[in-house]
Amino acid sequence: MSDTLPRRPWLISRLLGAPGAVAGTIVIAAILGLAVFAPYLAPYDWNATSQCRRLAPITGEHWFGCDLFGRDIFSRVIYGARFSLAMGLSTVAISLVFGALLGIVIAYGGGRIDRIGARVIDSMLCFPPIILAILIVAVLGVGLLNAALAVGISGIPRFARITRAATLSLAARDFVEAARAVGSSHGRIVLRHLLPNLAPILIVIATLDLGGAVLFTATLSFLGLGAQPPTPEWGAMLNAGREYVRYAPWTMIFPGLALFLTVMAVNLVGDRLSLILDPRQRDRT
Amino acid sequence: MSARAILGRLIGVIPTLLITWTFVFGAMRLVPGDPVLLMLQGTPISDAAMDAARAKLGTDRPIVVQYVSFLANAARGDFGDSFRSRQPVTSLIAAEFPFTLQLAVGGFIIGLLLGATLGVIAGVWPNGWVDAVCMTLALAGLSLPSFWIGMILIQVFATQLGWVPVLGTGFDALILPSISLGLFLAGGLARLTRNSIIEVMGQDYIRTARAKGLTMLRVVAKHAMRNAVIPPLTLLGIQFALLIGGAVVTETVFARPGIGRLLVLAVLEKDFPVVQGVVVLTTAAYVLINVAIDIAYGIIDPRVQS
Repeated sequence: MSDTLPRRPWLISRLLGAPGAVAGTIVIAAILGLAVFAPYLAPYDWNATSQCRRLAPITGEHWFGCDLFGRDIFSRVIYGARFSLAMGLSTVAISLVFGALLGIVIAYGGGRIDRIGARVIDSMLCFPPIILAILIVAVLGVGLLNAALAVGISGIPRFARITRAATLSLAARDFVEAARAVGSSHGRIVLRHLLPNLAPILIVIATLDLGGAVLFTATLSFLGLGAQPPTPEWGAMLNAGREYVRYAPWTMIFPGLALFLTVMAVNLVGDRLSLILDPRQRDRT
Repeated sequence: MSARAILGRLIGVIPTLLITWTFVFGAMRLVPGDPVLLMLQGTPISDAAMDAARAKLGTDRPIVVQYVSFLANAARGDFGDSFRSRQPVTSLIAAEFPFTLQLAVGGFIIGLLLGATLGVIAGVWPNGWVDAVCMTLALAGLSLPSFWIGMILIQVFATQLGWVPVLGTGFDALILPSISLGLFLAGGLARLTRNSIIEVMGQDYIRTARAKGLTMLRVVAKHAMRNAVIPPLTLLGIQFALLIGGAVVTETVFARPGIGRLLVLAVLEKDFPVVQGVVVLTTAAYVLINVAIDIAYGIIDPRVQS
């Protein structure tokens, strides 16, 4: 019998108990809708040039104006939705899976493994995250997937540290002791006893991290280290619009606004979710 | 904090730096391609000259020797010459550093003013609409792409209104980058300050001050602020990491000179000695600043011992 925290069937209703979280959920749903149905929603081909005059301003036909190559910015922003959340989710997945694995292994290993592991994790946390990500991009080469990988890897130490601390406190609890006493294998203890109890914390950290991860990946694209032209990724679009922004501010306003709304929505939902799932957070407010 | 404890902290830095530098060394070894060819960046060269270049870079020696000499050089602040400009990496970084420092200080001041104000207001009237508005603003600060807000600031205040120059390194050209960098910091600080104020406002001495008939403003200004600002400030070290990271982006948006811009250009141009130098030095600075803050708190506040 596994000793998990009490089930919470009312999670969704509690999540939607705050106006901010409702707004966030609606925006996330809209972004997901744009991402899935982009080909049907976009009025023009995202990569077709000469759809309109170069840097043409906002008109009834081109709601967000046109970029330097006469591409419809509205269509490009819609397609951009495909990158933002997907990149955020995949980078957080990398940080989460490898960070949690590392954290559990060293905490469960104990003794010297734990001491050395904790030291290495703390040292890796001494890299400012963006510097670490840029270093990894420098090694792997510039590109969208490499940038996502770099953001994911640079998050591993943070997840590892939190998981390690949580595992250490769990491993000292009676039910883990009991499981060990009845002869459960290490794998069984980790999978059946530790992981289910770590899940709420990991979910909270992952959701809180998601907004940052979306922003972080877009930042690398903005710096020219991630998505390359003509990819309609929002950060890359902002980078491309940088040179002629004073003549055509619409080239940067809409991709940036889309990015801001996405990150804000994810953060609003993440904040609410952490309030519900993390009891310590609840005590504080 | 005793001299012994301080010495202990300082010695504790060594393994940390060793691990981070080892990671950087390892990462640089994983870069595909012959470093000498990367250094030449396509210039044709004779085999003899190639061997000479290899000997100069030290890539012909065993990896252990390279590792030890990398550590020794890093400790002395020597990272070789830039592939691109052929100047010593250390002097390139030294030339750019003052600009990044100015930006970091500017961003920190803006972030602190804005973040503390929002946090105090929210913390004094928690759980009402004031709190909701302040915390939504703080979350917006954390969610704003700093490169986007930077471009908007340039467009509005430099291009349209002409209040500040678009480019330059003077004081007036520092205002917009500082705001753009400070907004992100303000978001996080506001949240920390709010929680800290709420905690302090529940203390007995605040209740006593209120009972004495002091106004709310006086209680907050004289009693709560002083105690509530300390916990967020202990995170100064973490703020430094955010500032350095933010500087990379801000310098790019505002086309300002600085370490961040140097790093991004070096990655794009595959100028690996510069990448290595910037990463090693920023990490070392981060570690040392954190230790310095740690020690300073130990001296100021005797309760901090562990």
